[in-house]
Amino acid sequence: MLKDFYNYFVPRFDWIPSSKPSHSHSHPELAGKLLQRNELHVPEEQLKYLIPQSVLTEVDAIERFVWGYQCRRCGNRKHDLFAKMPHANCGKECVYCRHCIQLGRVMDCEPLYYGSSSFQWLEYSRPCQWEGELSHHQEKAAAEITKTVHHGKGELLVWAVCGAGKTEMLYPGLTLALEKGKRVCLATPRVDVVRELYPRFQKAFPDVKIQALYGDSDEKRGDAPFLVATTHQLYRYAHAFDVIIIDEVDAFPYHNDPTLHFASKRAAKPDASIIYLTATPRKKFKRRIKSGNLPSVFIPRRFHGHPLPVPTLKMMYNLPSYSKRKLLPPAILNTIRRQQSTNRQLLLFFPSIKKAEETARTLYTRGYQVKSVHSEDPDRERKILQFRNKDYRILVTTTILERGVTFSSVDVFVIDAGHEVFDEAALVQIAGRAGRSPEDPDGEVIFFHSGKTNALLDAVDHIRDMNRLADRS
Amino acid sequence: MRCYVCHQEIMLVVTWDTFWRPPKKEKICNDCLDEMKVLGEAGCPVCSREDSTGVCFDCKRWTKSHPDLLKRNTSVYHYNGFAKDLVARWKYRGDYVLIQSVEEQIVKAFDEAGYRNWPLIPIPLSDEREKERGFNQSEAIIELLNKSPVQALVRSHSEKQSKKGRLERIHSQNPFTLVEPICKPVVLVDDIYTTGTTVRHAASLLTEQGCPEVYSFTVFR
Repeated sequence: MLKDFYNYFVPRFDWIPSSKPSHSHSHPELAGKLLQRNELHVPEEQLKYLIPQSVLTEVDAIERFVWGYQCRRCGNRKHDLFAKMPHANCGKECVYCRHCIQLGRVMDCEPLYYGSSSFQWLEYSRPCQWEGELSHHQEKAAAEITKTVHHGKGELLVWAVCGAGKTEMLYPGLTLALEKGKRVCLATPRVDVVRELYPRFQKAFPDVKIQALYGDSDEKRGDAPFLVATTHQLYRYAHAFDVIIIDEVDAFPYHNDPTLHFASKRAAKPDASIIYLTATPRKKFKRRIKSGNLPSVFIPRRFHGHPLPVPTLKMMYNLPSYSKRKLLPPAILNTIRRQQSTNRQLLLFFPSIKKAEETARTLYTRGYQVKSVHSEDPDRERKILQFRNKDYRILVTTTILERGVTFSSVDVFVIDAGHEVFDEAALVQIAGRAGRSPEDPDGEVIFFHSGKTNALLDAVDHIRDMNRLADRS
Repeated sequence: MRCYVCHQEIMLVVTWDTFWRPPKKEKICNDCLDEMKVLGEAGCPVCSREDSTGVCFDCKRWTKSHPDLLKRNTSVYHYNGFAKDLVARWKYRGDYVLIQSVEEQIVKAFDEAGYRNWPLIPIPLSDEREKERGFNQSEAIIELLNKSPVQALVRSHSEKQSKKGRLERIHSQNPFTLVEPICKPVVLVDDIYTTGTTVRHAASLLTEQGCPEVYSFTVFR
């Protein structure tokens, strides 16, 4: 009973069979996977001999506690996200998880299949072909990351400002891991980040088999030694990775979804190194750093050595009244016109999809080259690429583009920055989109608001603090 | 309480009524309920199609070849984008309890149509499909109405209806066989009514074996 109680609150993964290296198998597509029967793509006859060989193991899909259930695939324990149904296959009333039903229904009468992770991954020699040079600060962080990878079991938080060159800092650590035949996963909450990082890794590690996994990616197998994936993909992995890097840990939906934390913890092997990357750590991480139980490196300076652009706050008392009439105040329109006479492109952030689309339309009728991008846009990938190639001048968007994407020379305006969707982290990240390239390390960041909020002030303070710390170090 | 459809917290409105009594368990929030469009006054007296005056084109075609096959169809909701999404999650993803979110409205429409005391016959699924989904959606609706199904039909060969075109459906072969003839007026229960082929195929078997009147109750139209 007491053990039950403990297990309920501290997720333990002792139900995952331990994989002995002596039982090495030749099914990379099954290694470290936790799948349902129909996701296996293994015929019945083959299953019959894969199970005794302990390549695959059946595990109960839903764990019963005295006071409730836990789904072993997504870790959901909320009462209202479990339901019962009369199941035609077994003729009984069965419990299923409503949380991860989009991936296929998990029921308590049907097992999940765990694929043993004892697969011998290729040991690459000199996998990294990147020829750039790391700055002094990056060097320091890279050394810490390499140490964590080398050491195995352990965590590290890399706190680096937007545009510090986090991806490049990973290269030495990744090189070491791939040389040692370790399996690596870089997971991030944002699809756009996966799409952006994958080609960069592919270029830096041309001979390594890398796969990008996300909701509608072409690649579905997940049988590579190096995966770049959204955190949701980790629902299908258990004790799979020796090194797991979680990029943008503080981003939505990862930071407030306990099931994603559950999945990422389960996807890591018990002796894995876990590396978190962020520019704006949440309170929980800051507390852990302070109390000393989370090793961390801090990089307050961008890789090109220039300070972060400090946002200007502009009060627009008439913003709500214009917004109600689906218009922008003339002062903002003037600022946009002035901005458009420069060479830089413009990123316009809005609190909601509706507002973003409305404004894109009005700006279009005023003769600007403008497009809008939001989370439900089927054309999102292409539009972002076109903006990066400077095919058009203004991109109107919501918080989905707040992080992880790099445009070389942009100014950033946030309209209605006092809205509740813009918290401190979001605003710092948004401001961090400007001045990312060494050729144009500056950029104008303006937050238009109709009343200062704590988040606004905290964001500006945060950026100033970072610049101060960078000057000091 | 959370909405079954969007998982948002449902805020209870405190009135004198809810102040004294324990609140009724809400299963759907107002935003989602607004998206579900209730069918208005029936245009076609046979299939309760809204946008037609008199018997609609599809029904006319049927009555020409098989008069009086289906007495009347009663539907509750428009099969709009939102409903499509809901049905996909309920039926294809297999989220059995999702339909319970609109339980109240379905029961109300069912009682208004006056079907309460008649035998309810679910449209059968092929074994393969039923195994895949884990439940039969017609039986789930009957369960929702708090009645028990009368298994009068079985499916002899299966093909997916929703993957076929309109004409193809109307001219397709009868996929059902009757195992239990019933000599009372009956109500066929299904989830979606599109052209009415499915219910008419089932109805033709029932009337051949002496069933006087066949009605149908479908949730979406």
